[in-house]
Amino acid sequence: MARDLEARLRTGVQATPFCPGCGHGILMNLILRALDASGIPMEEMLFVSGIGCAAWIPSPHFKGDTLHTLHGRAIPFATGAKLFNPALRTLVISGDGDLASIGGNHLIHAARRNTDLTVICANNRIYGMTGGQAAPTSPRGTRTATTNRGNPHRPFDLCKLVLAAGAAYVARYAVTQPLALMEGIRRALEREGFSFLEVLSPCPTQFGRRNRFESPAEMLQSLMERCVTREEAGRMGDEELAERIVTGEFT
Amino acid sequence: MSITKVRSLLPAGTHYLSGNEAVAEGALAAGCRYYAGYPITPSSEIMERMADRRGEAGGVFAQMEDEIASICSVIGSVWAGARAMTATSGPGFSLMQEAVGYAALTETPLVIADIQRAGPGTGQATRVGSGDHMQARWGSHGDYQVISYSPWSVQEMYDLTIEAFNQADRFRVPVLLMGEEAVGHLREQVNVPPEVTLVHREKRAGAAPFGDTGPDGVPPMPSFGEGENLLVTGSTHDARGFRRTDDPEVHERLVSRINEKILNARSRIVRTEAHHLEDARLAVVAYGFTARSALYAVRRLRKDGLRVGLMRLQTVWPFAEQEIRELGRAVDRILVPEMNRGQVAGEVIKAADCEVVPFGQTNGEIIHPDRIAEQIRRLL
Repeated sequence: MARDLEARLRTGVQATPFCPGCGHGILMNLILRALDASGIPMEEMLFVSGIGCAAWIPSPHFKGDTLHTLHGRAIPFATGAKLFNPALRTLVISGDGDLASIGGNHLIHAARRNTDLTVICANNRIYGMTGGQAAPTSPRGTRTATTNRGNPHRPFDLCKLVLAAGAAYVARYAVTQPLALMEGIRRALEREGFSFLEVLSPCPTQFGRRNRFESPAEMLQSLMERCVTREEAGRMGDEELAERIVTGEFT
Repeated sequence: MSITKVRSLLPAGTHYLSGNEAVAEGALAAGCRYYAGYPITPSSEIMERMADRRGEAGGVFAQMEDEIASICSVIGSVWAGARAMTATSGPGFSLMQEAVGYAALTETPLVIADIQRAGPGTGQATRVGSGDHMQARWGSHGDYQVISYSPWSVQEMYDLTIEAFNQADRFRVPVLLMGEEAVGHLREQVNVPPEVTLVHREKRAGAAPFGDTGPDGVPPMPSFGEGENLLVTGSTHDARGFRRTDDPEVHERLVSRINEKILNARSRIVRTEAHHLEDARLAVVAYGFTARSALYAVRRLRKDGLRVGLMRLQTVWPFAEQEIRELGRAVDRILVPEMNRGQVAGEVIKAADCEVVPFGQTNGEIIHPDRIAEQIRRLL
């Protein structure tokens, strides 16, 4: 199967730019596997991304049309392309800072209009590329380059936000749940209307080292322990849930 | 690049339109089939007309959540194959500037109509100004070029909008229609010819979309969905679109090319119009609505025997350096009336060797011909 995916990679592109232990490589792999599983040819795809580490997942790696845009604006760029040529299967892949902070308004309006886009938000809960500043997704208490005594603010629940704005499909998985995540990507791609997938992806370089994770493996381990399915969450009390991340489909 | 002739969407003949309506009709005549915008005075009639006409013309009308989304979706649609535009006024134009630079670097042809009002800030939203010309030229960071038009009549709001689309595709560059509130809301007759000549962006399968591969340094432009596996990025890129963000040669070559392709084509872009300049000792250089007042003043003073003429700038950017240089040799003085504090006068001073007198007015009103006449009499 791995060899089959090579045809979906741009010729001449070699190593990815991601740091050791970054979750984005896993996500990149799973996006290609989901496309393969759905039998969607790359010629039908348009990949749109903003600015940040996650925006480099499709550009330049994917062998299809790619549009690497301005910081925060991937969704409006994608909207224009999709509205003008509805035959383009348009997949936005970007980070949490890009989609939920500077681009937050575009995110909720595209969900409200139910534009036929699939949006994958690689959420590492920090600004990775710019050096580890607090994001609107950083948990309260997180140490970042701009909150050295701990982030005083609570984070967005992106799935609740997009769901409230009217998206057709909303789900959250972590890169530590590869099979469920791949299935989620496939379902998001196949759903008509606005589909949103939040993907938790560890950033050992910027998040991990400031928040007492000894190694990338420890970050992955922590993510595995904290992620629970909706069914598991239903059996937990508030106190137990406080430290958990609920994953699954919300629509 | 190919040239076609298509039938005008409006029936041929005389129409009575506002300037803003004429922009929308000109855009539709030019084959614009994607419009995205956000309401703002005094440009909103453009988007309303585009929304109304979508049924007959086809294409997409998108009311976006803000001006940033509007221009970004326009860029997306252009790469999907559309001729596309947005319209706005000062505050919205400010919001669009980052994307103008993106369009310049990615060589994305598009049209923005900026129907100028009195700024800065929210300023006087319903009043006229012409204070966005320097922003048109330098609004985004870095070095790039745009083409800008300064229409003085409703007829030109129609004609120059069509030309704006053609030049955008010919040079793969953002083109700005710098209207002013006074001409946006003016109603006049517009003569609509039966046919419209359209210049289309060049397509060549397999050609590098960002290289020095086309005539005049303008590379061919494919669209999404054509199997070209396009790499479009607003970061510094090589001829195939690969990011090259730490290569000094690639950056220098790219920035030079997107500037030189416009500057080297000045003779095919710059448009000026001479009125009564044959024996003039004093020339008025004016553009947009102010040129109407200036021509009125010039004609009246001519009757009194004063040797005064007018050079009207139909394009402001790239600047008519050569034309102004020659004018400066032919006359003793140049007067530049404008509805700002000397934005274009500064360019005239740079180009002309003679004395240049700026005459700015920023009170939210058009410059009355009497005020221009008074200045001319003072200088002659």
